[in-house]
Amino acid sequence: MYPGGTTAVGGLSLDIPTGQITVLVGPSGCGKTTSLRMINRMIEPSSGLVAIDGRDTATLEVNELRRSIGYVIQSGGLFPHQSILDNIATVPLLLGWGRAKARARAHELLELVGLDPALAKRYPSQLSGGQQQRVGVARALAADPPVMLLDEPFSAVDPVVRAQLQDEFLRLQAELGKTIVFVTHDIDEAIKLADLVAVLRVGGTLAQFDAPARLLADPADDFVADFLGRDRGYRALGFVAAPGLPISAEPTVPLGATPAEAKQAAAGADWLLVLDAAGAPAGWVEPARLLAPITSAELHRGGTLARVGGSLRAALDAALSAPSRRGVITDDAGGLVGTVRAQDVLVEIERGPKTGAP
Amino acid sequence: MNLLWEWLADPNNWSGPEGVWARLIEHLSYSLVTLVIAAVVGIPLGLWIGHTGKGRLTVVNLVNGMRSVPTLGLLFVAVLVVGPLLAGDVAFLGPAIFVLVILAIPPILAGAYAGVEGVDPGVRDAARGMGMGELQVLTKVEIPVALPLIFSGLRSAALQVVATATIAASVSVGGLGRFLIDGQAYRDYGEMAAGALLVALLAVCVDLVFAAVQRLVVSPGLAAPNDSPRLRAAPQPVPATT
Repeated sequence: MYPGGTTAVGGLSLDIPTGQITVLVGPSGCGKTTSLRMINRMIEPSSGLVAIDGRDTATLEVNELRRSIGYVIQSGGLFPHQSILDNIATVPLLLGWGRAKARARAHELLELVGLDPALAKRYPSQLSGGQQQRVGVARALAADPPVMLLDEPFSAVDPVVRAQLQDEFLRLQAELGKTIVFVTHDIDEAIKLADLVAVLRVGGTLAQFDAPARLLADPADDFVADFLGRDRGYRALGFVAAPGLPISAEPTVPLGATPAEAKQAAAGADWLLVLDAAGAPAGWVEPARLLAPITSAELHRGGTLARVGGSLRAALDAALSAPSRRGVITDDAGGLVGTVRAQDVLVEIERGPKTGAP
Repeated sequence: MNLLWEWLADPNNWSGPEGVWARLIEHLSYSLVTLVIAAVVGIPLGLWIGHTGKGRLTVVNLVNGMRSVPTLGLLFVAVLVVGPLLAGDVAFLGPAIFVLVILAIPPILAGAYAGVEGVDPGVRDAARGMGMGELQVLTKVEIPVALPLIFSGLRSAALQVVATATIAASVSVGGLGRFLIDGQAYRDYGEMAAGALLVALLAVCVDLVFAAVQRLVVSPGLAAPNDSPRLRAAPQPVPATT
């Protein structure tokens, strides 16, 4: 892949690392979209230099440059008169690949971004917003460009779909390793997706350029701190792994257990963990209140689940959200491993490296 | 009513150089020539204005001005001014076609520029951002997306031209208008009614032909989502809950 991409914009100078996700974030009017659009010369910089892989983009033929850079915009920008397949095949066709090859490639991408191949012959107006954004990403990936520009690609969809698209985006990037520049106004999205976050101030100056954990732990100034918002200490725990947490065994009963079985298993504890048929944690019950065998409807489901080897934040949240105050830890397949207590997580926080220290 | 049916039922009225078929073909050819000229002028101009956004105000005003010109008055002026410069039938036919073209350009021009101008800016931005040149943006994206409105301009022009081409008869050329003018001159109300009916039928038929062509040419993706059961949003996969 490319050894390194460099971008400089006006008073702004950024070194965008190859193969990583760099997120430009800031309030409206901070010039984040303008900066992005200068990379593929949708806006020509009046002065300064934009170089990709050491080559000044101003010396390249503009349409060739754009065909070599993936481009995804907020509204999707899908061509309403073309089928999904033809939309995805746009850049390969512009590059003269020939119909058959371009379509075969488009079919591959449809699956890569998690869309049903049956959608290939449909038109954009027949797809939901989330599906349209997936097509937008597939279209940008079609000619396998080393660099991708994404301008608020997920901000027009509802929060559930957005979270889903973000997770898939990270999965795709783990597979493809593109050099990505991503613009958003949503700091949480920036922190979730970025390897590096560039926080811009109104007027296009750089306030801070750091990894998300570093940003949360050590904001450069009040502007960055305000922009990051509340719960920074807690959110920073999301970047600290918790390998040494003491995990205790947890008594359990399966769904359908009788009140007597539950009381016996709980051995006097107020709350008892219930497992589903697959052995995965399903929820909590109070054995003292049970009158009949446990059904799914009676379960208290407030507790979040943390994974073994996950972050301190997930473990702490699991402990705080469980009615028993015992946080449920699962393995990667979702099976129960045990529980942790908030005080153990706090000990681990005290013991571990100071958050954000590299 | 009886006069109308009697006239239409008389086979003598249908054949010969002054019969219905001959007049129909004359009428159609005037209309077709008019539409071709108006489209050759109006569509490229409309596309250019829509694509560049230049000259919009000028053209909108000019077009509105053209719409307000009384067609019959313009025809007589054109015959008086241009007629003497031409010879034979063309002396009258030329001015007739000219005023019909003036009538046909506004809807065609407006349809083309509104169609291109109405293309979603995000779509245009994406087209450029993926590396399409300006001509490719126009031909691969803007024109196909603008086709429904381009067609609606053409159809509205066609209806007006077919209906108004009757005025050619008032300067002694052919077409279905002959039946109206001659019928009035001879007080043959059956003939007049038949002429009017034939013009209306022809207009409807021409519109149907355009509608059929439009169905073939315009992408089904541009139909409104509610138009067809095929165009329903596919269900979003249910997100996994953990």
